[in-house]
This record gives sequence, structure tokens and C-alpha cells, in this order.
Amino acid sequence: MDFFHVIVVLLESTIRVSVPLIFAALAGLFTERAGVFDIGLEGKMLGAAFAAGAVAAVTQSVWMGLLAAILISIALSLVHGYASITQRGNQIVSGVAINFIVAGSTVILGEAWFRQGGRTPALGEGSRFQTITFPYADSVREIPILGPIYSDLLSGHFLLTYVAFAMVPISWWILYRTRFGLRLRAVGENPGAVDTAGISVLWLRYRAVICCGILCGFAGAYLSLAMTAGFVKGMTAGKGYIALAALIFAKWRPFNIMLACLLFGFLDALAIRLQGNPLPLIGQVPVQLMQALPYILTVILLAGFIGKAIPPKAGGVPYVKER
Amino acid sequence: MDNIAIELRGIDKSFGPVHANKNINLKVRKGTIHGIIGENGAGKSTLMSILYGFYQADSGEILVDGKPVAIRDPNAAIAAGIGMVHQHFMLVENFTVLENIMLGAEDSQILNKGIAKARVELKRLEREYALEVDPDAVIEELPVGLQQRVEILKALYRRADILILDEPTGVLTPAEADHLFRVLEQLKSQGKTVILITHKLREIMAITDEVSVMRRGEMVATRTTAETSVEELAELMVGRRVLLRVEKGEAKPGEVKLAVEGLTVKDGRGVTMVDNVSFNLRAGEIVGIAGVAGNGQSELLEAISGIRRAVSGSVLLNGKPIDVTGRADPSELRDRGLAHVPEDRHHVGLVLKFEECENAILGYHHDKRYLNGVFLDVDAIRKDAEKRIGEYDIRPPNPRLKTANFSGGNQQKIVLAREMERGPDVLIIGQPTRGVDVGAIEFIHKRIIEMRDQGKAVLLVSVELDEIRALSDRILVMFAGRVVGERDPDATEGELGLLMAGVEGRKEAAE
Repeated sequence: MDFFHVIVVLLESTIRVSVPLIFAALAGLFTERAGVFDIGLEGKMLGAAFAAGAVAAVTQSVWMGLLAAILISIALSLVHGYASITQRGNQIVSGVAINFIVAGSTVILGEAWFRQGGRTPALGEGSRFQTITFPYADSVREIPILGPIYSDLLSGHFLLTYVAFAMVPISWWILYRTRFGLRLRAVGENPGAVDTAGISVLWLRYRAVICCGILCGFAGAYLSLAMTAGFVKGMTAGKGYIALAALIFAKWRPFNIMLACLLFGFLDALAIRLQGNPLPLIGQVPVQLMQALPYILTVILLAGFIGKAIPPKAGGVPYVKER
Repeated sequence: MDNIAIELRGIDKSFGPVHANKNINLKVRKGTIHGIIGENGAGKSTLMSILYGFYQADSGEILVDGKPVAIRDPNAAIAAGIGMVHQHFMLVENFTVLENIMLGAEDSQILNKGIAKARVELKRLEREYALEVDPDAVIEELPVGLQQRVEILKALYRRADILILDEPTGVLTPAEADHLFRVLEQLKSQGKTVILITHKLREIMAITDEVSVMRRGEMVATRTTAETSVEELAELMVGRRVLLRVEKGEAKPGEVKLAVEGLTVKDGRGVTMVDNVSFNLRAGEIVGIAGVAGNGQSELLEAISGIRRAVSGSVLLNGKPIDVTGRADPSELRDRGLAHVPEDRHHVGLVLKFEECENAILGYHHDKRYLNGVFLDVDAIRKDAEKRIGEYDIRPPNPRLKTANFSGGNQQKIVLAREMERGPDVLIIGQPTRGVDVGAIEFIHKRIIEMRDQGKAVLLVSVELDEIRALSDRILVMFAGRVVGERDPDATEGELGLLMAGVEGRKEAAE
């Protein structure tokens, strides 16, 4: 029973840390499937987290915070879009630039506005997301196996957590069952086919980039309005890159993305759990090694275990009408 | 007067300094197959891209069914009933046939409804035009001929009455091309208008009702196909009389320059591609190697030129052995007087992203005259390239232009100029005129014969039997990796054809 309890706790925290990964990886899915590579997920998420924390602190409204996160993230996406779609610039350079700009400016603005060393003020009850408890969650907890699964694993998460998991089938449906999705996937493979079919390649890619902005906004808002109460500098801590790795690992498919993010989330949760606890047979393991574990596994998995990940064919290539 | 499906009036288009279309006038009659012929770079594709709304004309007017229409984008062209089959297919390779056909014409935001409708419509089109294709097949798994069929279906699905095909046979096997022509006849009989863009005279004669000729951005003539001839069209295209068959004098073979003895080559999978081949190549003669593609000619060329390692056998160049089974490498062979014009100029002969002048010295970049100490002498390289551009009539005459922007014929001239101008003793040429237009073919053939007359030894490999017969002084026929016969150039096509098919050869080899 004790072991089972440990598992439930581990899975519960897996879900908690996976949420921003899922949002960000799905965000990447939309742009990359449309042929715009986006290494700036990290920056967008961080910018959104800052906007959410700052606006929620000032307005005392969690919804204004979420809205601000989404708007800032879309704005950053449009900058990336303008550079890489309209100006046909290098998409990697543009994405990296966004990451740097956001990493620096959030600290400067945060310090200028709130004078708390780059943090935003801690948010009270009303200005951050609360966990949702399912009906009867407390009364069924004592039922063996199913009880804890219902009460601790499924119930008791933030609204955004449920949104994240709902976004997986929704993204799938948009990409594979709507006209927009068909065109979006086509433009990432062969923009010429889209252009000759009488569809604007640029507008289509801009729409994909906006979708990415919205989802990154959710990811950022989750970090500063749900997972913690307020923005801390550099709080994304490489999650954008992990999401990017999950996206590639998942071969650019929505359900694979969810699984990949859960796997990375699990490794992260495991690392936290094992910190300070001696492992059987091995004994005490340095904290740093445990923290590095998800990254090491990422490299190993990406290097050898997933076969060939074939990116969208027109990915990273600006569209130029041929002469 | 018959109905005119499309009329172009005074279409003019420039890309920067390049005047691609000059005051083009064209009338295409409804229900006919109208050919547009011209050399590469004559402006055919630009003109059709304007008609399809891909580019805007600088001036001029387009009339569809007698009414002026503004074609600002492909949407407007589709609305006007114009469909286009591009030279490079505009298909999403990992989509199914159905998805590709629907793309851009999906009917509703949600795909499901549209899919059912598209299926029904596709079935109807398949029946009506005998264009069968599995709607659920993924494009990348279909052969090229079927992919092209999907492109045609795409246009018909959008209710095109006028179908433009840009160089449709370039990627097809002869059998697939014949099938395409039957489909076009079928479309014509159903009242569709077909515009066929090509640089192949044979196709024009075989299938079109009328033909318009473009040359250097201008529309120079329109003829009724039945009243014209290949010779007249070729002359109109090039702007001067073209010799479709080059004249050459008697060969005066000298000493043996290249002696190949028992050469055997295997490919990566261990399959024997060249099987115990022996022959001699003398100064002042052209030896042609005929054969259906894939019978070991490519591997033979690669082994002799040091690109591919042979399993056994020996090759003597100017009487001295080449280490074909070991460490022979192209640069050493080049120094010893063996030049090689590879079959695949895009991947082996040139770096397409380089400037013309850079490609012009590729492999000869160690030459002292291009070097200034350890640095490249850019001025000398450009001056040299300019000289060569003049001699070989490479167009446009700009050594700084990216090689990818030259037409096939001009790219081939860049390679030929590079390899011929160093005065090699032995010249090995693979597919000298593949993807090259008529005017350039004549030029290239003349050059090859000039090389022979200067006393060079030329080994020519081509899958074009006409070319082999026109140029060679002796013909070797390869089949399944072996030389199955040697013939004079006046051997009949039928005789060579039997050898190439491996029918005659077996008997001969057995004797």
C-alpha cells in the first residue's frame, strides 16, 4: 500500500510538471507542421509567464493574467513570423533572438516595476488558479486502488491542466479533420502545392504561428499563475527546449507528444523524488546527477531509440516563388 | 472563325534585367491541343506562369472565351477554368491522392463532408477520362506517371476547361509518355483545350494540332502542325538552320590511348555490374557505348574515371597502368590526361549553388594560373571563365551567376568547357545531351567531333541510340554488364536494338 501511494504521488507530480511541456510542444506542433521551425518556445513561454504574473498582480484577476500571457506570446510569435515568413530570415536565429530578448527584458521590466529582484509580487488566492476538486473526491479516497486514483491522480488539478490534456485530441482534430489542418500540414510539406491551389502560403503560416502563440501563452500562464504564485526570473528553466525535444521525439504527432511529455515529466518528477534518498544497491546519488537525468535520457532516447524522425519537408525553409 | 479559348495580347514581363516575355500574342483554339515549343529559357514557362496567375505580367491582356480576365493569383486562374500541371509536381508527398486533390477545394471547414463528395467526384472523373488511380494511395509510393495523373485530376476536379502541361514528359518513361498522350487525346475529344509546353519536337509532331514557337522571350511563329516539319520548327526555335545530324569526316585512328582489359565492377550490394569488359580506345576516334540504361555503362565510366573501385581488371592510360582496383583517383587521372564529363551533371559534374566561374575550375583549382600563393586568384578565374563563356556560347554570359540559374544545355556546356579546354588525351563523356535543347545539342556534337579531329580519344556513353550512331566511329553494345557486340556506325537501328535487348549477343558470345 505504501508503494502504491508513492506511485500515485509520483504520477500526480508527473502530471503537474508535464502540463507546460504539453502546451509548448503542441504550440511547436502547429508552427513546425506549417514549416516554421520555432526554437523560441522557451522565450515565448517565459514572456507569457512574466505577463501573466505582472498583470495578475496588478489587476488582481487571474483571467486578465491569462489574457495578457496569450497576447504577449502571440506578439512574440508574430515577431518570429515577420522575421521568418515575411522577411524570409533564418528561423533559428530569429527564435534564439526571441529567447535572449525575453530572458533579459523580463528581469529588467520586473525589477523596474516591482523592485523584487526580477520577481513579480506573490499572488493571493483570487489572482491565481485554484485546484479543482472533483465531486465526492474526499469521500471515495478510502476505496482501495480506485479511490486514490480518482481523488489524488485525476481530481485536484488546475483548470489549465485539464485544458492541456484536452488540447491533445483537439489539436489532433484540428490538424487531421479540418480544412485548416489539411492546408497547414500541406504548407509544411510543399508550400508550392498550397500556392498553386490558390491558397496564400504567408497567411496560412501566420495563422499557424498565432496558434503557437496562444498555446505558449497557456504554458507560460500555467507556470506563474498555477504551478507557483508569481513570476520568478528564468522560471521556464529549459522547458521550451525539452518541449522541442518531445516534439521531435514524438515525430510531430499530437498523441505521441502527450506521451513524450509525460515521459519527460515523469523523469523530472522522479529526479525530484529521489533527491536526497539513497537508491537501493547504488546508495547516495549526487543531486546534480538526478537533476541531469531527464536530459541525459533525452539525449539517449533521441539518439537511438525512436528511429528516424522525419521533420516536415519544407520546415525551416522560407517560401519563395520559383522562377 | 473558330472559338478561341485563350487569347494573350501583348504580354510583357521582365525579371530585373531579364526580359522574359516580349509582347507575346497567342490564340489557342477551343478543343485543340496547342503546342508551345522553344529552347530552355525561351520564356515558355514564364508565359504559362503568367497565365496561371503565378506572376503578373508587366503589361498585356488575357482573354478567356473572348472576355478579358484579370488573373492576379492561381485562384483567379482556377475560377477562369485554367488548370496547370507543373513540371515539378505540386503534390504533398505524404498525403493521399484524395487529400492532394481536395487541397484548396475542400468545400467546408470540416473535412469529412468534403471527403465523401470528393470521392464521388473522383470516381466520375476516373470513368469519364479513363484516369484510374487509388484515392487512398500515398503520393510518394506512386510511380511518377501516376503522380502526374493526380496532377491532371487535380485540375479536372477544379473544373478546368483549359489544361496547361509544362514539360510533362521529361520525367516519364516512353511508355508512360504514350499513355499521357492518349489521355490528352481523350481530353481533347471531350472538348477540353490542352496547351502542351515542351522542347521536344517529336512530341509536338505526334500530338498537337497547332504549334507556337518561342525564341528568346518572343513568340516567333504559329503553325498548323500538319503543315510544318521538324526541320522548320527546329529552325524557328534556334533562329538558324539546325543540323539534326552532324557531319563528320573519316576517322584517322592513331595509337591506343586507353586499353581496358577484363574490367569487372560490382555495386554496393555485390551485384556484378560490369563483367569482364575489354576494349581499346585509340587517338582520333570516338567509341560509342550503346545500351539500355542500367546495363553497366555508368559503372564502367565510373571505374575508368577513378570514382568507383573495380574488382578486377586493368586499364592502361597512354600505356601506363591506372590502379583501377586500388587507389586511382580522379584528380591524379586528370593530371595524366584523362578528362571526364559525368552522366549526372547536377550531382557529380557541378555544384549548383556555386557561381559559374567556380564550377568552371572545379577539379582544376590547383592549377597555378588560378592561384596566388595559397589563395585563389579571383580575377584570373573570372577572366578565364569569361573567355570560355564566349567560346562555348554559354548564356547568360555572366561568370558570377549561380549555376542553378543556367538552363540544362548551358550547364552542360560549362562542364564540357571545363573538361575539354585542358586538352586531355582521353575524354570520357556520359550522356552529353541529356536534358539539353536542340540548339545546344548541335553545338555539343560538333565540339565532340572537333575533339576527335584534334586527335583525342573519345569514349561516349549515351542511352540515345541516335546520338551514338551519329557520333561514333565504332559502337560497342553493353548488355547485363558485358560487351555483347561491336558494330560499325552504319549498323541498322534494328540490329543494335536486338543487341541491346540481349537477344543477338548471347549467340555471339557463345561462339
